[in-house]
Amino acid sequence: MTDTARNTLYFAFIALLIIGTGVFSSWNSALFILNFGLISAVMALGVNLQWGFAGLFNVGIMGFVALGGLATVLISMPPEGEAWAAGGLRVVLALVLGAATIVGAILAYGALPKGRTRAIGMIVILIAGFFIYRAVFDGGVQAVEAVNPANAGYLGGLGLPVLIAWPVGGVLAAGAAWIIGKTALGLRSDYLAIATLGIAEIIIAVMKNEDWLARGVKNVVGLPRPAPYEIDLQNDPGFVERVSGWGMDPVWASTIWVKLIYAGLFTIVLVGLFILVQRALHSPWGRMMRAIRDNEVAAEAMGKDVTARHLQVFVLGSAICGIAGAMMTTLDGQLTPGTYQPLRFTFLVWVMVIVGGSGNNLGAVLGGFLIWWLWVMVEPIGLGLMQVITGGMAEGYWLREHLLESAAHMRLLTMGLVLLLVLRFSPRGLIPEK
Amino acid sequence: MDFLNALVALSNFVLVPAIAYGSQLALGALGVTLIYGILRFSNFAHGDTMAFGTMATILITWGFQSVGISAGPLPTALLALPFGIAVCAALILFTDKTVYKFYRQQKAKPVIFVIVSLGVMFIMNGLVRFIIGPNDQRFSDGERFIISVREFKALTGLREGLAIKTTQGLTVITAVIVVALLFYFLNRTRTGKSMRAYSDNEDLALLSGINPERVVMVTWLIVAALATVAGVLYGLDKSFKPFVYFQLLLPIFAAAIVGGLGNPLGAIAGGFVIAFSEVTITYAWKKVAGYLLPEALEPSSLVQLLSTDYKFAVSFVILLIVLLFKPTGLFAGKSV
Repeated sequence: MTDTARNTLYFAFIALLIIGTGVFSSWNSALFILNFGLISAVMALGVNLQWGFAGLFNVGIMGFVALGGLATVLISMPPEGEAWAAGGLRVVLALVLGAATIVGAILAYGALPKGRTRAIGMIVILIAGFFIYRAVFDGGVQAVEAVNPANAGYLGGLGLPVLIAWPVGGVLAAGAAWIIGKTALGLRSDYLAIATLGIAEIIIAVMKNEDWLARGVKNVVGLPRPAPYEIDLQNDPGFVERVSGWGMDPVWASTIWVKLIYAGLFTIVLVGLFILVQRALHSPWGRMMRAIRDNEVAAEAMGKDVTARHLQVFVLGSAICGIAGAMMTTLDGQLTPGTYQPLRFTFLVWVMVIVGGSGNNLGAVLGGFLIWWLWVMVEPIGLGLMQVITGGMAEGYWLREHLLESAAHMRLLTMGLVLLLVLRFSPRGLIPEK
Repeated sequence: MDFLNALVALSNFVLVPAIAYGSQLALGALGVTLIYGILRFSNFAHGDTMAFGTMATILITWGFQSVGISAGPLPTALLALPFGIAVCAALILFTDKTVYKFYRQQKAKPVIFVIVSLGVMFIMNGLVRFIIGPNDQRFSDGERFIISVREFKALTGLREGLAIKTTQGLTVITAVIVVALLFYFLNRTRTGKSMRAYSDNEDLALLSGINPERVVMVTWLIVAALATVAGVLYGLDKSFKPFVYFQLLLPIFAAAIVGGLGNPLGAIAGGFVIAFSEVTITYAWKKVAGYLLPEALEPSSLVQLLSTDYKFAVSFVILLIVLLFKPTGLFAGKSV
């Protein structure tokens, strides 16, 4: 069987899974799986860029995805004029001061002579800067959060179309990735893993606690959508007439239609990014990346700047994760920092890339769809399995209750098992790198 | 008198909690650093190994409590601890046989080991949630305080009280005993010396007839013991929640790296550096400052540098600083 035939078969299988869900369950849940599958595929492309092309181990995907989500709020929500008037400028000024402190410390590091003077100088600048920053910042935050705390209490966004947030999410994630890459790349490979693990936790902590930014755990709901609202479609006589003509229920048709619009938008992004990374892989740049991955010493001897290339690819891959995060928040229509779990947003994407085939973009996309389907399905399957196992036990028996209750945790076990089995027996994945 | 009051307040809210937390981190970091030194990878499953060992201990503790065995004023968990370690060690040795051994024979790259440990972390995390559930569990019993605030105030007549929880005292004593045993083992016994030799230079160690599989096995056993002890002490002191143990991974790694990966002494120092920074930076200094400063200068705000929600940010920033300026850590580990 040729590669093309095999790959066609794989994707036909995915299509079958989704269509099967549509036939046996409902088309709404089939399209739900499809939409999240598309987003997962974009994330997997980003991680594949880092791991498959360059061998960089990023355990902080969740953080970059969350930054993308933050971008949708900052771009698309209408600005809160009152909050801006109350303390918005003061908050911004504080952030500028904070940034200036860090820049000042870096400049001082370069300017002062090495030794005790430099250490003391930097510490003085940082501490003084921190207190000035807090003095300006705290007042501003209090003022902003006091404005209509039940419904707003934050600065709002720019009120721009939500689609602009997608590239902006990428830029935000790229910025965070640059800071991490600058410190942790060029050292041992494990350090990048630990540093990304940390930045992800901190990004989530900031999003949960900084209410002035995006309302924290109070969530931002009702984000503007790129697709029409179902209720508007149902009230649109043209739409109702058309779908009734096809013999469909207008309510059902409107939900399907909205999901299809999202699917179309996501497909455009996925195909665009796929073409870009595929071109990159087969360009001299892509060959250089793989050469660096396979033998850093040899690549360095050939005059390649390994650390700089690593930084480049790390930033690019994280940017793609940021775009995917913005897409996901747009689809959800709300930003809920409490729902970002490392298992769901970091490790699941890893399983996707490794199962699909690290180093192969098509494999990453395949893994994205397949593992997402598995993720959605494991819970009902696990529950069903538990019901079969406990079928013989008496009603109310503690073990039976316990097993049924714990079925929800089957996901962790299954994903871990899938990861270990694939790594052990088929480390190159379903569609191996050429 | 004000000075004494300030000192007592400082001890109560900063020194005592930080010492207890630091001991727990140090034990955790010792496990990470040992794996790094002998098996040469960063074990992401360490937090969940701690959770698993603690869970085993908790279940056995409950068993003891239900049949009426107790340790008097001390927590029953102390009696259950050896059994918890045994269960944890059995699981870890099983993981090593089924998972890690294959990659060792393949001489896989360290990053592959890290990914594999990620898979192990998933499974352990799943097991723990499957068996005991994702919720908070309290399993501390026995005497709550060595000295409580009221007793201390009555004893000294100071306005500030000092409370030392039994679990805090226990943590420090246990940590000291465990660390002393570990260093005795590493420096004095034949097996310990062979472990250090293997860590320093694998090829030379093999040439001189050290059995690598045995070294690896002993390492896992020690790691199981360290992880379970650290986990149980943390759980006694605060409470047991699987997700919190996963989150402990970050300060533990930070402690191991700050001290220098692969260096046991560094891991202990790193644990205390991280714990003290975390507690001092997230503590509201208003009370202490109120005693020390003249009335005119008394602060109106809480004088808290960072809210406690950001305590992980502290270990992270320390980690970044160390990576930027001294990637080998304070005690020159074997990294980079």
